[in-house]
Amino acid sequence: MSEFWLIILLAGILTYAIRLSFIALHGRWQAPVWFVRALRFVPPAVLSAIILPELLLMDGQVVLSPLNPRLLAGIAAILIAWLSRNVFLTIAGGMLFLYLFQFILR
Amino acid sequence: MSDKNPLLSGLQYTLPLLVGIAPFGMIYGVLAVKAGFPPAAAQAMSAIVFAGSSQFMIVNLVGGGSLWPVVVLTAVVVNLRHALYSASLAPFLVHLPARWKALLAYVLVDEAYAVGIHHYEEKGAAGNSHWFLLGSGLAVWLCWQASTAVGIFLGAQIPAEWSLDFTLALTFIAIVVPGLKDRPLLLSAVTAGVTAVAAHSLPYKLGLILAAVAGIAVGLWSERR
Repeated sequence: MSEFWLIILLAGILTYAIRLSFIALHGRWQAPVWFVRALRFVPPAVLSAIILPELLLMDGQVVLSPLNPRLLAGIAAILIAWLSRNVFLTIAGGMLFLYLFQFILR
Repeated sequence: MSDKNPLLSGLQYTLPLLVGIAPFGMIYGVLAVKAGFPPAAAQAMSAIVFAGSSQFMIVNLVGGGSLWPVVVLTAVVVNLRHALYSASLAPFLVHLPARWKALLAYVLVDEAYAVGIHHYEEKGAAGNSHWFLLGSGLAVWLCWQASTAVGIFLGAQIPAEWSLDFTLALTFIAIVVPGLKDRPLLLSAVTAGVTAVAAHSLPYKLGLILAAVAGIAVGLWSERR
């Protein structure tokens, strides 16, 4: 079996187990309070840990500069997301700004 | 109408959201093929994992040459938020037979959860709300499989200069930013982001795990003060 299939199967089984967890265990097992409280921080923490390196790293180096088009487009997208609360607008606007900054800074 | 055929009305309520899912599925298909996934594996991932953001991460990490345990662990961390959906729906599904719970857990993706929980909170657990949730999940599932197939088909023809990989960061921004409603959530997000950048040179993408743990810890700490 190639590594592709191993990854797909394991990720699929574990993702399914996460989705089933509380639905299957409701009434039979009570999760600890700290665990339930921690859950709401999972999406912002995990996703921000993916977002920021995508904006700041160029070829493995931190580029905290106004010449970094991904950083500028990312800031624009954050503003669009905050104001519009619309997924489609954020993605479309972010890509437009990326092309714009890539063109200007070339 | 919704009482007559809840499956169809679940599908119907989810249609507007498909506008956001279809391009995402296509881009996933394109990037999967570019990262070296065989077309059959790329398509199977959409059916077996069925979680857009983690599929993006998997493709991204495999393309970057990460080891398989790191890829799987990262996908699990990204999908941990589904435990939140599971916990919030569980009280409404408690009366259902096991096969229904098993089926609904499979379609418990972001969009189906959002549509489903809204319906449950309005109508309660009685009646046919589980059919409604299934209809919503089915709509997302069909759209995801079809758009993945289109992306795989287009894959080779999309040039790298289009920077489509940037849609990963943009999608996550669109999910995270509107949800940062209080100080603990904001601090959690900022801590995780800064830690991830500071720790980016750690081997095996451990920086991501470290950053997630730091972000969650700071969120809990800030909430308690």
